[in-house]
Amino acid sequence: MFDGGAKTIVWDEGLIGPVSLIAPYNLLKEHEVNQMFSLSEGSISSAASRKIIFLTRALPKMMDSIAEHVHSEEQKNHRREYQIIFVPRKTTLCETRLKNRGVYGNVKGAIHEWACDFFPLENDVISMEQPLAFKELLIDEDPTCIYSAAQGLSTLQDVFGPIGKVSCQGKAAKHVFDLLKRIKLEKGAPEKMTGIDHLVILDRSIDLLSPVATQLTYEGLIDELVGINHTKITLPSEKFNNGEDPGKKTIILNSSEELFSDIRDKNFSAVGDALRKRAKTIAAEYEARHGQTMQQMRQFVARLPQMNLIKQSLAVHTTIAEMIKEITDSFPFMDSLLVEQEFMNGIDTDKIHPFIEDQIGQQVDIIKVLRLICIQSITNSGLKQKVLDYYKKEIIHVYGFEHILSLSHLEKAGLIRVQQSARPFTVLRKTLRLVVQDGSESNPTDMSYVHSVYAPLTTRLVQHLIYKPGGWRAIQDVLNSLPGPTVTEEPFCDIQTLDSSKVVVVFFVGGCTMAEISALRFLVQQEEAPVELVVATTAIINGNSFTRNFMEVLNLK
Amino acid sequence: MSAMITAEWCPVGKDNFYRKFDIYQMNWDLKFDNVCVVAAQYGGPVAVIEDRKKHNAAQGLSKPTIFIYSASGQIISTILWNSGSIIELGWSSTEELLCVQSDGIVLSYDLFGNYKHSFSMGDEAKERKVIDAKFFNSFKGTGVVVLTSSFHFYLVNNVLEPKLRRITDMISTKEPPSSWCVLSDERKSRILVAQGKSLMLLEEMSTSAQPICADINSTHTEITGIVSSHDNQCVALFTDTGKVWLGSADLRVKYCEVDTRWRSKPDDFVWCGSEAVLVLWNGCSLMLVAKNEEHTTFAINEGMSLCQEMDGVRLLSRYKHEMLQKVPTVTQEVFRINSTEPGSFLLEASRQFQKGSHRSDEYLRLVKDKLKTAVQQCNEAAGYEFSHETQKLLLKAAQFGKSFIESSTENDKFVQMCRTLRVLNAIRDYKVGLPLTLIQFRHLRTGVFLDRLVLRKQYYLAIKIAKFLLIPEEQGESRILALWACNKVGQTHLQDDVVAREIADKLGQAPGISYTEIANKAIDANRSQLALKLMDFEPCAKRQVHLLLRLNEGKAALVKAIDSGNTDLVHIVIQHLKVHMSLSDFLYYIREFPMAQALHLKYCREHNKETWKSIYEQEDDFNSLGACSIREAYEPKNSSTMEMILNSAAEYYKKGKNENYQSLCEEHARLLRQQRAMQEKLNTSNFVGLSVNGTLKKLLLMKEQKLADKLRQEYKIPDRRYYWVKIATLGEQEDWTELERFSKAKKSPIGYEPFVDICLAHGNKKGAELYVSRVCDDMKVRYYVKLNLFAEAAKVAFEQRNSQALSYVQSKCYETHPDISDKIANMTHKLIRSSTQWVFALKEHKRHKMNNV
Repeated sequence: MFDGGAKTIVWDEGLIGPVSLIAPYNLLKEHEVNQMFSLSEGSISSAASRKIIFLTRALPKMMDSIAEHVHSEEQKNHRREYQIIFVPRKTTLCETRLKNRGVYGNVKGAIHEWACDFFPLENDVISMEQPLAFKELLIDEDPTCIYSAAQGLSTLQDVFGPIGKVSCQGKAAKHVFDLLKRIKLEKGAPEKMTGIDHLVILDRSIDLLSPVATQLTYEGLIDELVGINHTKITLPSEKFNNGEDPGKKTIILNSSEELFSDIRDKNFSAVGDALRKRAKTIAAEYEARHGQTMQQMRQFVARLPQMNLIKQSLAVHTTIAEMIKEITDSFPFMDSLLVEQEFMNGIDTDKIHPFIEDQIGQQVDIIKVLRLICIQSITNSGLKQKVLDYYKKEIIHVYGFEHILSLSHLEKAGLIRVQQSARPFTVLRKTLRLVVQDGSESNPTDMSYVHSVYAPLTTRLVQHLIYKPGGWRAIQDVLNSLPGPTVTEEPFCDIQTLDSSKVVVVFFVGGCTMAEISALRFLVQQEEAPVELVVATTAIINGNSFTRNFMEVLNLK
Repeated sequence: MSAMITAEWCPVGKDNFYRKFDIYQMNWDLKFDNVCVVAAQYGGPVAVIEDRKKHNAAQGLSKPTIFIYSASGQIISTILWNSGSIIELGWSSTEELLCVQSDGIVLSYDLFGNYKHSFSMGDEAKERKVIDAKFFNSFKGTGVVVLTSSFHFYLVNNVLEPKLRRITDMISTKEPPSSWCVLSDERKSRILVAQGKSLMLLEEMSTSAQPICADINSTHTEITGIVSSHDNQCVALFTDTGKVWLGSADLRVKYCEVDTRWRSKPDDFVWCGSEAVLVLWNGCSLMLVAKNEEHTTFAINEGMSLCQEMDGVRLLSRYKHEMLQKVPTVTQEVFRINSTEPGSFLLEASRQFQKGSHRSDEYLRLVKDKLKTAVQQCNEAAGYEFSHETQKLLLKAAQFGKSFIESSTENDKFVQMCRTLRVLNAIRDYKVGLPLTLIQFRHLRTGVFLDRLVLRKQYYLAIKIAKFLLIPEEQGESRILALWACNKVGQTHLQDDVVAREIADKLGQAPGISYTEIANKAIDANRSQLALKLMDFEPCAKRQVHLLLRLNEGKAALVKAIDSGNTDLVHIVIQHLKVHMSLSDFLYYIREFPMAQALHLKYCREHNKETWKSIYEQEDDFNSLGACSIREAYEPKNSSTMEMILNSAAEYYKKGKNENYQSLCEEHARLLRQQRAMQEKLNTSNFVGLSVNGTLKKLLLMKEQKLADKLRQEYKIPDRRYYWVKIATLGEQEDWTELERFSKAKKSPIGYEPFVDICLAHGNKKGAELYVSRVCDDMKVRYYVKLNLFAEAAKVAFEQRNSQALSYVQSKCYETHPDISDKIANMTHKLIRSSTQWVFALKEHKRHKMNNV
């Protein structure tokens, strides 16, 4: 579909980031893509090529934009050849929309699908890049993402081979698995001997604390404080070249950068040391150039480009780390973190917390306040009616009535709720050792280092499943207290398991945090049994983006 | 043996042989002088009808009968014709019998005489009647052209998707064409017409008739026959002076012109391959005219009918079914007497070897260097033979030669040829009656070829052949089984249950089986119950749903769609149900399906707000109704009635026993009312839309303390919050005296840190210092540092014996105040000496609190 002459791509903006992970601009250029526009902005009449390709998700409002573009081009009597590529699938709803808008005839026969459900973020991380999936599932009760997920996992099988066995926890996870079974019936299993040994599907609903808790790994903090979009961050460039050159600098964060892959998963308090150490070795290597034989000299020169690269990335990450440290050392951050950790330890969770009250009083960012309330509600297994009503009233009084639906959505999602008689979180904290007091941050022995005290429940479950004797069967009681059904190691396809290394895919329905990914990587490195781990998720989330997705702020415009 | 084989050959000029051989002995009971025989190409079936002209003269108006025979003369079916009068019969490329009636209707029948479909050649054909028609192979399939009594041509390129085209008029429309034929290339179909002696090319209406000339050296007055070759590259003309003219399709190149010495119009006139034409005067003469001007005549003594094939002509007569073709080059090379080709020697060597003669070796030596070619020749030549004996002879020779060379390609070719011949022999059997030549077999793709067997209901043979030829299951066995099932479904005398079970038993879950196709056939046969039963076996949800919708089983479709998890399918069913049910029935119905309902709700939210709300009403979902009302209240058109709408939202929440939201809504409505009153009273705008806090702050800024106090009371604003607002407002107004008064009025519930902060925020360092001493102990160090009072900060930290705090102070003043920094170093030293290790404040604090739990 990319053959045949010069062409212009008109993007659904939501796809630009994800697609750039697979096809960066220069690759598109090689395929004679001359110009690019975004669907939402202005007119495409300046496009020079005759071929126009719309690359879009199957969203009705995108169809409206496409129709507008086509109509306006027709009015101007521009002769164009249109093509629509749906990612990952077209829907009848969208086709009907195009028909109703009277442009279906213009694109009929030129509608294609690009069944790309997963985008690779990293060697070991793939994401559907659908940040709204969890909200759509819980608030709109629209399970489209479940279907996409099952389709995506099925495609994954076509590429990597069949899945040996499946474990899942939670309603959405079970649903994905059920659909996966159905698809297998329709398509048949891929005929390969080896593949994915174990697929673990986890519903975000079983652990709502991890996404709202502050992440304390390097990458997690960058995501929380700066925001990582499809592995890219954008920072004011004056930070990097001594105040000259205003504007923005885009940095790509992935494991191709050796230094970053070394420090991304570390607790932030260990990052400074790591950077210093690295700087010292590099300095020493530079020093070593004095007084050497010719041969040593040659080796040195050969290593020089690589050393320069490390030096560069050292400079970048030192700058980023300094920016982050400025925030993490500030009192507002420390105080808030302190309260968060108290909640995790079960301190003062059952009453109106003065710190939250004061935060509201000072009208700090509402997302921060909501996150704290969510953490309190979750760690207390729900708030007393009185406490909850008080918080809600305070928020409405201070931030305005327009936030009322946001509160209602958070309640529907279970992020804030009224306490029931049972208090499962206290039990879970103990049985799964979710809070570990003396976890060292710089030289950790437990995954709890990613939040300094708290080990994400999801990753703890993976640890039990894969490494602990008895697997999930040994902790059946615990699993029963979690929401939704459990599936434990159900055989799926016949495959040969290799002793050398096992491939495990952990799929998060509803998104996962960088801290969770770090915890899983840590887990695999810690244990002796060789496991190759791949994290799959509907999206990478953090407390801010996660909470914001549930917001529906009304306005009077 | 060679001699016997070449005995059938008939030389036409130098190095050019034609052969005529028997395919079948026919035992049909046909008198060829009063019937019209039409055979389909590629060894297809034969339709026979009593000849219209002779028949009518003899017997008046009784209805004719059409007999359909296989190529081997087995009767397949009969059609008792009771429709209009037939102008022309023909076969389509999918082996359907096509009949053109004089009223321009074209009807099609399958092999078994079952009516399939029909279409009309237009109003003019209907009114003015069709006087002539011809079928032809077009670029799209099988086409048909009719000539009306007003001498207009109409053309359809594909009888399966008839799209009628009017052809431009002849130069003169007064007289009928004396002869015509259709020329079809990859893009379009044209008609070559002779009117008297003039020739012209006709295309679609857009162009006019295009006269062309052929270089004919005779004094003819009329061209009575035109025929094009199978590949449409060559054309043959027959003149009333008995001349046969051969040339290229555009008439520019002339190959030859031969005088046949016959004046009468031939009974049949066809191309034999693309190198010669056959001219038939029934019962008298069969003449072959080759491009190289050579010609020969075959003696015949009975009536026959010709069928033009791509590589020859089939001759059908009372007792025989024969093939006339040019002897293939490779066959000539192997069998020709005195041939010096390696294949010929190899054949002889193999023969001698079987006799046990040493001369075998001599022959072999002659071809030693060219053994590979020899093997190829024998192998290939075997393919062109119909006689099993000759096939064996040649294959044996190939095998013999092959054993002296090492070539895997020759091995593969040999095996391939054996396979092909086995299949060809199987289908040439008279019971099947499909006499394909190797060239025809290769030309038809395997899929088409299997379809032809299926058309003859030779399912078992088709499956065996598909397996034998190692065709992938999806294209081979599964497809044939599915076609079998489609046929089974059409047998209406069987019970639904029986048919469904039989089909499922045979097909199982074979890969590539589409139960939908079969079910669709069942629907066509008016057996929707059977279709439903079959659909249960369909694994693909999408197909299942679409078919169920076709059967108008919307409800079953909804269940399947939901099971599939494919939300788009659910949407499709929802849209279908909405069209086919009343809205209330529909809404009531989808209640049972929460997922469908949720998706419908989401859809309505964007497209139809009224229905959206009415669903919630139906469900008594008061919380959602409340949320709907709140959203409504914020719509711009409702700005004046906002309070009212909020009150109705509160009402919904009340019904839903959601008191919290109820009171929040009521409260906001009340606030709006009061804000309006305030606006009026204070003669300003900008109150409406503010939050409670915003209103309070605005009142304080306007120094309306009384109103503020009233608001505070009414909305139960806690002291802590009031303090935050009050301090912020005073700071904004920089009313430092009032701030001081306020700080002393009562003990601050939020401590004195905010007082310091607000002063600092507005650059009032002096004012800030007023409050710093009243800051709580935990915070003192921090706040002294904030005010840059490092000495005091250090002092407090030391008194609190907090080394962590000390180092914090030191880190802050290290550069600016080296003197204080030194002092701190001193203090730290003392502290460490006098106490045990202090732990990081954060953790200490934590532990302290833990102990309290």
